[in-house]
Amino acid sequence: MDLPFLWYLVMGFATLAYTVLDGFDLGVGALHLFARTDEQRRIFLNAIGPVWDGNEVWIVIMMGGLFAGFPNAYATVFSGFYTLLMFLIAGLMFRATAIEFRSKQESSVWRSFWDVVFSLSSILVAFTIGVLLGNMIEGIPLNEAQDYTGTFSQFFGPYSIVVGITSVALFAMHGTIYLAMKTEGEAHRVVRRWINGAIVAFVFWYITTTLATLIYMPHMLDPFLNNPPLFAFPLLALLAILSIPYQVRKGNDGWAFISSSICIAFLLVLFSLGTFPTIVRSTLNPLTNSLTIYNCASSEKTLRTLLIVVAIGLPFILAYGFWVYRIFRGKVRLEKSSY
Amino acid sequence: MDALFLSRIQFALNIGFHYLYPPISIGIGLVLVIMEGLYLKTKDHKYKEMTHFWTKIFALTFALGVATGLVQTFAFGTNWARYSRFVGDVFGSALAAEGIFAFFLEAGFLGVLLFGWDRVGPKLHYFSTICVCLGAHFSAVWIIIANSWMQTPAGFHIVDTSFGPRAEITNFWEMVFNPSAIDRLCHTVLGCWLTGAFFVISVAAYYLLKQKHQIIARPMMYIGLSFAMVSLILQLVSGDSSARLIAKYQPAKLAALEGLYKTIPSTPISVIGWVDTANQKVHSLKIPGALSFLTYRDFSTPVTGLDKIPQGEWPPVALTFQTYHIMIAMWFLMFFTALFGCYYWRRGTLERQRGLLWIMVFSVGLPHVAQQCGWISAEVGRQPWIVYKVLRTSEGVSSSIRAEQVFGSVTMFVVIYLLLFSLFLFLLDRKIKQGPEHTHLDDQIYTNPVKF
Repeated sequence: MDLPFLWYLVMGFATLAYTVLDGFDLGVGALHLFARTDEQRRIFLNAIGPVWDGNEVWIVIMMGGLFAGFPNAYATVFSGFYTLLMFLIAGLMFRATAIEFRSKQESSVWRSFWDVVFSLSSILVAFTIGVLLGNMIEGIPLNEAQDYTGTFSQFFGPYSIVVGITSVALFAMHGTIYLAMKTEGEAHRVVRRWINGAIVAFVFWYITTTLATLIYMPHMLDPFLNNPPLFAFPLLALLAILSIPYQVRKGNDGWAFISSSICIAFLLVLFSLGTFPTIVRSTLNPLTNSLTIYNCASSEKTLRTLLIVVAIGLPFILAYGFWVYRIFRGKVRLEKSSY
Repeated sequence: MDALFLSRIQFALNIGFHYLYPPISIGIGLVLVIMEGLYLKTKDHKYKEMTHFWTKIFALTFALGVATGLVQTFAFGTNWARYSRFVGDVFGSALAAEGIFAFFLEAGFLGVLLFGWDRVGPKLHYFSTICVCLGAHFSAVWIIIANSWMQTPAGFHIVDTSFGPRAEITNFWEMVFNPSAIDRLCHTVLGCWLTGAFFVISVAAYYLLKQKHQIIARPMMYIGLSFAMVSLILQLVSGDSSARLIAKYQPAKLAALEGLYKTIPSTPISVIGWVDTANQKVHSLKIPGALSFLTYRDFSTPVTGLDKIPQGEWPPVALTFQTYHIMIAMWFLMFFTALFGCYYWRRGTLERQRGLLWIMVFSVGLPHVAQQCGWISAEVGRQPWIVYKVLRTSEGVSSSIRAEQVFGSVTMFVVIYLLLFSLFLFLLDRKIKQGPEHTHLDDQIYTNPVKF
């Protein structure tokens, strides 16, 4: 049994869950300032209110899973991306507190302040995640000890910035579609006006990223050239993207949300196909210094234990996850206990 | 200041600030289970309002717990990369189990606890409250297992890899039930319960002083005092057992906790004192033979002093000694506050004891001081080891980070924490002054008198 690969699949699932679930939370945050009235902002905030906390746990699982299953990658990536991660941490901290603090005072100054914090921190988190992904694709200078030897400004190469903006656009689109699904009346009409813009913005940045990858990151293309049937995946990704505006136009918000989630899933699949089995590429010597799932993995015994833990825990997580979403299904209503 | 020193400061800052919140979540989590349980049992609306009120405080605390807790999942990798590489195989599994078994339970059901009052039936809501409380406790279980493994490592062996040596699990259950895990878990959880109990006592005392919401404050005081008394007595047993465990597995730490530079028969306990590190002397008020008795159950057996331990393996004595003694002093303060509280409660005159009530209002800080100090003594007392007798702290720090970077992030955390903490206190103060609501209570006062 290829245990590192199984753990890679678990990590992939956690990443998918995080990007699909917290993705719409981040998107709702990114768009927060576009809503003009306090009531609308409250409706949008309460659309994610009961679930954002659980969604965010997936990022903790990603971190914990990386630490436990691929400790060398966790160590190198986290110490290497030090300052960038500090921004991510600040963003995550401010976002969590902004959601909780905003509703605690009536004053409009108080609320506007937390609105700005909520929105900017959501954009910061989405952007930083994109920049991280961009750097993982492009590679970072890793020496023989697999330690980072670059500087902070090196993280912000043009390619990483493009991926960063693309991820903000992707989450913003995903968030608007989620809001369309969760709102009614005036708030719903407001969201509807945003959707087309969000889709156009995402498609523009998606094309830019794709072209940049094809031109500047040829190593991402090799696995596809070596194994042409894999080209089915980019085509499927394209179909998923195309079906979003189609479902939106037909007014099937639920299906549009599913399309958007599938689109995220295929983008992640493309990322893995292009990079597998590398976690972080070394630009100094890609062949020997890169971090792969095999040279970073924990012992077989630990991986087996971890897989058992997941096998026991995951059914419960999924069961009550679905249950919580079911309880809060339908359109948002503002209640006494709402944010 | 080098990256190692700054990283230690940063970790202490992060974990110390974070640890203000989880004990409240764990303690108040259990308080919510008690209160909502009483409501379901008695159908008395004052318990419902009480539960509502504490739910709001729980939510505020929980948000800060999450925000500050997220930092920890990054902190090992960012600043302690060599440590992470070395222990990931062992320590990482406990953390992953924490995420999978605890965090989802807690965060998933929190939504129902906070926003689900009108959406699910009372029993299902109570079930969610229990799950949130369980989740909070499970998270303590796994993180304490991980930390205890660093204190008394077990169930692993050291293997050479292309990255250098690392610890690998040989027996998962030996790692989980490492020698100090259960004792330290009990000790920590009881500390959290005390945090919850004294929080409840403090708020109830405040309302009784201000003569507001008494209908709710009286049963709240009763719940708080009973919960505190039970936890305090259990803590005494747990404290004794933890100290004997340290004597057995970490003699250097015990020597530092009690400031024992020399191994002498009939080892005394210092009640209060100061450590003269230059001359390796402790000037203190001593009870002869007490430490020998507490450790070995006889008054003469000597307890190992630092003279039996190579100087390169001594923890910083003064800090360990003082924080440990402050922790114990806090237990006595809590105990007497609760004892007098119970005494006047039984006599029915507690509400006239304004002095005691004011002490109770401020007693909310006692368990926090005890826990911060207790953790400092536990972690500083383990030094110079990051994993006891296996890896030194200086060998665990990241090699690719520079002092300026860490200085920058320490500054960022200080600013963020000051901001968050002042806002937390401000909102908490507002919430408490606003108090619980009385929607259904006014017509109930005469028909359903307080029974305690």
